[in-house]
Amino acid sequence: MAASDRIRRFFRTEQGIGMLLVSPTALYALLLLAVPLIAIFVISFWTQTGVRDFDTAFTLANYKEALTDPLYRQLMLRSLMVSGLVTLITVVLAFPIAYFVSFGVKPEHKSLWIFLITIPFWTSYLIRVFLWKVILGYNGVLNSGLKLVGLIDEPLSFILYNVNAVIITLAHAYAPFAILPIFVALEKIDRSLLEASRDLGESRTMTFLRVTLPLAAPGVVAAVLIVFIPTIGDYVTPRLVGGPGGLMIANMIQTQFLRLNNAPLGATLAVLAMLIVAVIAVAFLLLGNRAAGGKKGARK
Amino acid sequence: MKSLKTYAVLYLIFLYAPIFLLPLFAFNSSTIIAFPLESFTTEWFTQLLTLSEMHGALLNSLKIAVTSAVLATTLGIFAAMAVSRYSFPGQKGIMGFIMLPLVLPEIIVAVSLLIVILRMGFDTGAWSVIAGHTLICTPFAIAILQSAFAALDPSLEEAAYDLGETPASTFRLVTLPLVMPGIISALLISFTISMDEFIIAFFLTGAEPTLPVYLFSMLRFPKLLPAVMALGTILVVLSILLITIAEFFRRRGAKRTGNDTGGFL
Repeated sequence: MAASDRIRRFFRTEQGIGMLLVSPTALYALLLLAVPLIAIFVISFWTQTGVRDFDTAFTLANYKEALTDPLYRQLMLRSLMVSGLVTLITVVLAFPIAYFVSFGVKPEHKSLWIFLITIPFWTSYLIRVFLWKVILGYNGVLNSGLKLVGLIDEPLSFILYNVNAVIITLAHAYAPFAILPIFVALEKIDRSLLEASRDLGESRTMTFLRVTLPLAAPGVVAAVLIVFIPTIGDYVTPRLVGGPGGLMIANMIQTQFLRLNNAPLGATLAVLAMLIVAVIAVAFLLLGNRAAGGKKGARK
Repeated sequence: MKSLKTYAVLYLIFLYAPIFLLPLFAFNSSTIIAFPLESFTTEWFTQLLTLSEMHGALLNSLKIAVTSAVLATTLGIFAAMAVSRYSFPGQKGIMGFIMLPLVLPEIIVAVSLLIVILRMGFDTGAWSVIAGHTLICTPFAIAILQSAFAALDPSLEEAAYDLGETPASTFRLVTLPLVMPGIISALLISFTISMDEFIIAFFLTGAEPTLPVYLFSMLRFPKLLPAVMALGTILVVLSILLITIAEFFRRRGAKRTGNDTGGFL
C-alpha cells in the first residue's frame, strides 16, 4: 500500500501532474513513432519470403547488398549531394532575407513579411513541385518563353529532368524553413551590443562579422539541420522533375516496399539513410558548438 | 538596406512565381501547359465537376483532415499545457521525441507505419492515414499552442480555484476561452497539413485515395493536366484563405496575451 500511496502522492506534485498531462501525447508518439521505428530496424535484419511473410532469422545480407550494390550506393551518394547542395543554397540565399526582415523592416511590419514568406510553404506541395516541372520542362514555361523571345533555339538541357532540376525545386520548397530559424536568432540579438561595437570603433562590416554573425550562428545551425534532414528523404521532387538520372534514395525505398515487395531491403535503405543523416547532423552540431566555443575563448 | 530590400522583393517573386502561373494555365484554353497562352476559358473548372473519382477522394481527404486536426490539436493541448506549466523529469527528451516528426523525412514515418500495420495483420485505409497525419500534425499544434499557454497568466486560474471552481470547470471556463484563438489556429494548420500531405497517404491510404494521391495519379495523363491546374488553383486559394484565418486567430491570441513571436514555427 505504501508504494501506491507514494505513486498517488507523486501525481499530485508539479512533476507528477506534468508527466500525467504529457502522457497521452507521449504515449501516442511512443506507439506510432518509436514502435514503428524499432520495427523497421528489426525488419531490416529479416528476409522476405512471401507477400506478407518473412524469414525472421537474423541476417546481415540486406546491409551487405545495400552497401555493395553500386546502384544503391549511387542513389545514397546522390541524395547526400543533393540535400547538401540544397541546404547550402537555401541557407545562403535565406540569410540576407532573414537579416533584412529583422534589421530593415519596421517592427509592426515584421510579422506581415514572415507571413508572406511562409504562405507558399502552406500551398499544395504536389502542385508546387509539378509547377516546377511545367516551368523547367522540355516545352516548359522557361524554354518556350526564352524561345519566344528568341534567346535560345534549343531547350536548355542542363535544367531538364535531371539533378539540377531537383536541386532548384527543393531549394524553392525549403526556402521558408531556412529563413525562420535564422530570423528568430537575429531577433534575439540585443541591439545595444551592435551599438556598443560601433561606439568602440568597429566598422559596420566588422560589427556584422564579429557580433551579428556569431550571435546568429545557432539559427544558421538550426536552419541547416531543418533543411538537410528532410530533403534527403524527399520522394515527390525527384520523381516528378528528376528524370531517370535524378532519382534519390526515397524513390528506391518506395520501389522496394510497394513494387518489388522487398520490405526488409527497403527498411535497410531507410535505416542506413537515417543513420548517415544522424551522423552528419551530430558531427555538424559538434563542429558548430566547437567553433562557437572557440570564438568565445578567443574573445576573453 | 536598399539593395537588401530589392533582393528581398526579388526573392518573394521567386517564391511566388510557380503559384502565379497556376491561374494563367487554369483559365487558358490550350490543352498544352506552355506559352504562348491562347484564350480564356472556364472549361477546366467545369471538367472538375465531372470527375466523380475526384469527388470521392475529396470527401475522403476532408474526413481524414478533420479527424486528424481534432486529434492532433487535442494531443497538442495536453503536451503544450504540460510544458508551459510544469517541469517534469525527462521533459527535454520526451518533448524532443514528440517533436521529431517535424524533421523526420515523411517517407520514414510512412514506411515504418506501413510495416507495423501489415505485420499486425490489419489493412490500410483512412484510419491509418489519420494515425500518420495526427503524428505529423501534433508538433505543429504544440508549437502554436505552447505560445498560447505560455502567455496565459496563471493567476487567473488560481483566482478561479480560490472562488471554488474545480480543475475541470476552471479549464472550461477560464483556460479554454483564453487559449481558444491558439486552438483554432492549431486546428486550421493541422487541417491544412493533412489535406496537403502526400507521402504518408500514398503509402497508407489503401483502396480509397486521398485528394493529393488522386492528384498524383492525374499527373500521368497529359489530357488531364489543365484540370490539374484548375484544381490546383482552387486548392491554393483555399489554403491561403485557411492560413490567413489561422494567422488572424494566432495574432488575436498573441495580442490577448501580449506575446507575438511573429510566425508559426
